[in-house]
Amino acid sequence: MSNVAAHADDRGHAHAHHPALQHHFDTMAQQKEAAVVGMWVFLLTEILFFGGLFAAYMVYRIWYFDAFAEASRSLSLFWGGLNTAVLIGSSLTMAMAVRCAQTNKRTATVNWLILTMILGAVFLGVKVIEYADKFEHHHVPGYNFQWAAAHEAPAAGEHAVAASEGAAAAEGHRELSLTPAQLQLTTQIYFSLYFTMTGLHALHMIIGIGIMLVITRMAYQGKFDQEYYTPVEMAGLYWHFVDIVWIFLFPLLYLVERHV
Amino acid sequence: MKIFGIPIFPEQASTFAADVDALYFFVLATCAFFAIGVAVAVIYFGIRYHKKHDGEIGARIEGSLPLELLWSVIPTIIAMVMFGWGASVFYHLRRPPAEAMHIYAVGKQWMWKFQHLEGQREINELHIPAGRPIKVTISSEDVLHSLFFPAFRTKMDAIPGRYTELWFEAQTPGEYHIFCTEYCGTNHSGMIGTVKVLEPAQYQAWLQGGSMEGTLAQRGAKLFNDLACSTCHLDTGQGRGPSLKDILGKTVDLQDGSSAIVDEGYLRESILNSQAKIVKGFQPLMPTFQGLISEENLVALIEHLKSLSPNATTAAAPATGAAAATPQPAAAAVEKK
Amino acid sequence: MLDQLKMPARNYLNNGHGLASWLLTKDHKRIAIMYLISISVMFFLGGLFAVGIRLELATPAGDFVQAGTYNKFFTAHGVIMVFFFLIPSIPAVLGNFLIPPMIGAKDLAFPRINLISLYIYWIGGVFTLYAMLSGGVDTGWTFYTPYSATGSNSNVVPVALGIFIAGFSSILTGLNFIVTIHRMRAPGMTWFRLPLFVWAHYATSLVQVLGTPVIAITIVMLAVERGLGFGIFDPSRGGDPVLFQHLFWFYSHPAVYIMILPALGVQSELISTFSRKTIFGYSFVAFSSVAIAVFGFIVWAHHMFVSGISTYAAMVFSFLSFSVAIPSALKVFNWAATLYKGAISFETPMLYAYGFMGLFTIGGLTGLFLATLGMDIHLHDTYFVVAHFHYIMVGGAIMGYLGGLHFWWPKITGRMYSEFFSRIAAILVFVGFNLTFFPQFVVGYLGMPRRYHSYPDEMQVLNVLSSAGASVLGLGYLLPAIYLVWSLKKGEVAGPNPWGASGLEWQTQSPPLTENFVEVPIVDREPYEYEHVAAKEKHLV
Repeated sequence: MSNVAAHADDRGHAHAHHPALQHHFDTMAQQKEAAVVGMWVFLLTEILFFGGLFAAYMVYRIWYFDAFAEASRSLSLFWGGLNTAVLIGSSLTMAMAVRCAQTNKRTATVNWLILTMILGAVFLGVKVIEYADKFEHHHVPGYNFQWAAAHEAPAAGEHAVAASEGAAAAEGHRELSLTPAQLQLTTQIYFSLYFTMTGLHALHMIIGIGIMLVITRMAYQGKFDQEYYTPVEMAGLYWHFVDIVWIFLFPLLYLVERHV
Repeated sequence: MKIFGIPIFPEQASTFAADVDALYFFVLATCAFFAIGVAVAVIYFGIRYHKKHDGEIGARIEGSLPLELLWSVIPTIIAMVMFGWGASVFYHLRRPPAEAMHIYAVGKQWMWKFQHLEGQREINELHIPAGRPIKVTISSEDVLHSLFFPAFRTKMDAIPGRYTELWFEAQTPGEYHIFCTEYCGTNHSGMIGTVKVLEPAQYQAWLQGGSMEGTLAQRGAKLFNDLACSTCHLDTGQGRGPSLKDILGKTVDLQDGSSAIVDEGYLRESILNSQAKIVKGFQPLMPTFQGLISEENLVALIEHLKSLSPNATTAAAPATGAAAATPQPAAAAVEKK
Repeated sequence: MLDQLKMPARNYLNNGHGLASWLLTKDHKRIAIMYLISISVMFFLGGLFAVGIRLELATPAGDFVQAGTYNKFFTAHGVIMVFFFLIPSIPAVLGNFLIPPMIGAKDLAFPRINLISLYIYWIGGVFTLYAMLSGGVDTGWTFYTPYSATGSNSNVVPVALGIFIAGFSSILTGLNFIVTIHRMRAPGMTWFRLPLFVWAHYATSLVQVLGTPVIAITIVMLAVERGLGFGIFDPSRGGDPVLFQHLFWFYSHPAVYIMILPALGVQSELISTFSRKTIFGYSFVAFSSVAIAVFGFIVWAHHMFVSGISTYAAMVFSFLSFSVAIPSALKVFNWAATLYKGAISFETPMLYAYGFMGLFTIGGLTGLFLATLGMDIHLHDTYFVVAHFHYIMVGGAIMGYLGGLHFWWPKITGRMYSEFFSRIAAILVFVGFNLTFFPQFVVGYLGMPRRYHSYPDEMQVLNVLSSAGASVLGLGYLLPAIYLVWSLKKGEVAGPNPWGASGLEWQTQSPPLTENFVEVPIVDREPYEYEHVAAKEKHLV
């Protein structure tokens, strides 16, 4: 690359470059705009990626509504709700991190990023608990899939939710006209979609945490300032996107027939 | 049609063939006109405006709005004519007449099984009379297939878990190809057969020939007893299951408050997945027959049930679209104990 | 004049030597070269399978290879050609190389992502080739369920994953182009001064970015069904096999436009350059690319007219399919009009451009046959369809690719190839192509289904014609591989602008500097102005 450097010198740039400015951009503003446009295009791609799953979900939910409702009831509202809160919280901490990077507060940026990662890890931990529960009850699709007709008692610590759910059950939810054999079949489709959707979402979370580890290190080393904090902002956009996907997944998977 | 002994055009053996071919020639002529027009133009320009010396450049012509509009609007109009004509032929292809004779086809890796209402069963061979509309109801035992009669210019996919249908009226007696056109595994190209179009009299003679097992409906009636359907579905309506007499084409009220029209798709679902739609006032007692009854026996049973409704012959034919929108979780999922 | 030309002392090819300077480069031009080599390997591999197919079909009986082997042949041919050759062909090679110099940029917006996309492509290729070598897969490139999910063999998963991975390469390339075109244009390079090649790539990139993720997720669903035993498409578990087709074609129909749109862009450049005349109806040609990309997303179900979709849905999709025909026809008319009063010469790229016009027109018009509902019922899944999409994807996309490669070869390498052999190759390709695929229209209307290992005897003559044509076509494809490689050492030095073209990429030396331009150019002219080119030439002479 020595040639390139020499060449750039030939052209005699008088003003000092920001160290983060890549050689093929003219200004920091241009570099940043490129990153922002690129990130939004990438998120567009991501929307269509999940969009395929939502399309499949829509078709089967219409076909097998009763089975979806029944299977959805086996999920724990407590854990789902908790995770929703955790993730929204992590979006807030992420936004704070971006703000701090923008205003050149190095320590605060690092701290907010670490807090975001912790919240992400909490989310994934809860997901592990939920998945373990599915394994225990043979709700993982495949050869060992087994749908027990009556869904299991709600997990401990969920009394308030359980009570309101009980009331909803008493008032509203209709008698199922599905046999065990049919539930076995069609709840499996629900769980296939459940695992694919939440699994891919969790994978995005893991990637997000990985990205944030790098960004945190960069922030710690003082690579960012008010002129250059693009990586933090991009990581933020990505994180908010992952958050929004969950905002859709939660009602679609957990709240199928739990409205009153 | 042959040129130098090479066939270049398929035989026209059904009433559709002429319709589809007329459409084909119309589109062919239109396209040829445009293709030749473009070819002549570019070749002429290539010669006429050939660069004569170095440094020569073309005239500065930026474009012309009227021309652009002209060659957008005219193709649009022509395309709409093609669309309209094509759609009307298609609509005709998709609407079997009420009096059509009915045949069932089942695709299976790698053979076509045909069943006649009179009881004849054939594999990779289909005998039909000329001059009578024939409706074929298609299903599959394993993967996707597609039943194609090139001489009749019609085809339809066989989709596991659903019924689809096609119809045609063969005109010219003779023997024609049957192909499977949806790739279905190793021996896809071996999933071929012959459709033998016979004069009506010959067809009657052929029908008399085999038929040891009685008609399709009779075979269904026997199954109806063997599978013990008859112990609950009493004609009087006093049994544990609803009476099946004269139900075809009727609307039945279901337990969950909705209602359903009784057609082949409904009957199929009610046999395979008996609890999917419970008729109001009955208990969900009937066992599900998923994995317990073959596609062939299933159509025999349905044919028997249809024979119990002599007054409602074809009104209940399922529209393909309706079939597409109705999920029918089908065979093979043997319950795990 | 050419005798006096020397290769530029400093250029992107001699800026760094050794393997590492290539494998770790961030230069879009070097990445393009590596793509060129990779896709050429894939093209000849895919071509090898095509040879197997045509040999088998030379006789009606299935006597060359067994049915199972034949099925693996056409699957391998389809998968390699579609996902590993056609989709990356023009964008990843020519687009990659030319978009930055065409718009006056030093590089793509994200050089590192560009390199990563190449590596992703390689990884995807390795997965797929591994599966092909370890037994192959026989589902056809369409992977229709339930056969792919429950039948076939276990190689479905690695092949599908290979396609999944390669898809990200395509997405990243598209993303890079979109950002580059939006943010990296030189001063004065307004949207309506962009070469039509760039417009076409912009439209292509939209499709890559919006369509590819859908096939990715569809493959994920197929893979979890096949690999983990999930139930999503399997009808025996309540799934819907037709849903797979909807999702598959939602990508795979627009994917056709990923292949053909860049070729349409190349075509506009060639027609303008070799008639030395501005393109007729610039904005119509530019917007028709975008229109094709947009309409391309709403016509997918025309692949499913006999898949049990409702009569009325079929009518809607038929209607929409005709709408794609209009912008395509518009382009052809505009090219023809561009030739009017031009100063036309027939160097090799122009021969490809003429060939392209003929083949693309036939390919496009036969699309009307298939969009016409009543006729599609007869033609669906027959050789008519095979012929139609080869006219678009080989007659269109590969002609465009070869035309473009010959056009920009002097820019890429700094040297000219043999004009004599290249003209022969162009003619061989055109003749061989028509001989191969035209009979397939006829045999298709006769009713010969696609993916058939054996076929009725009366269809033999047409198939023999097709196989004979394929050998001519094969020769036409082999020739460039020879004389282009030969030109690398022995070819005449080309100079910056051997064709007298007007684009910005011709204003810099050939081969260009790593940074493309000595100084950031300032654009003060409309595109396709030949007055100044002619003036410059006069001055030189």
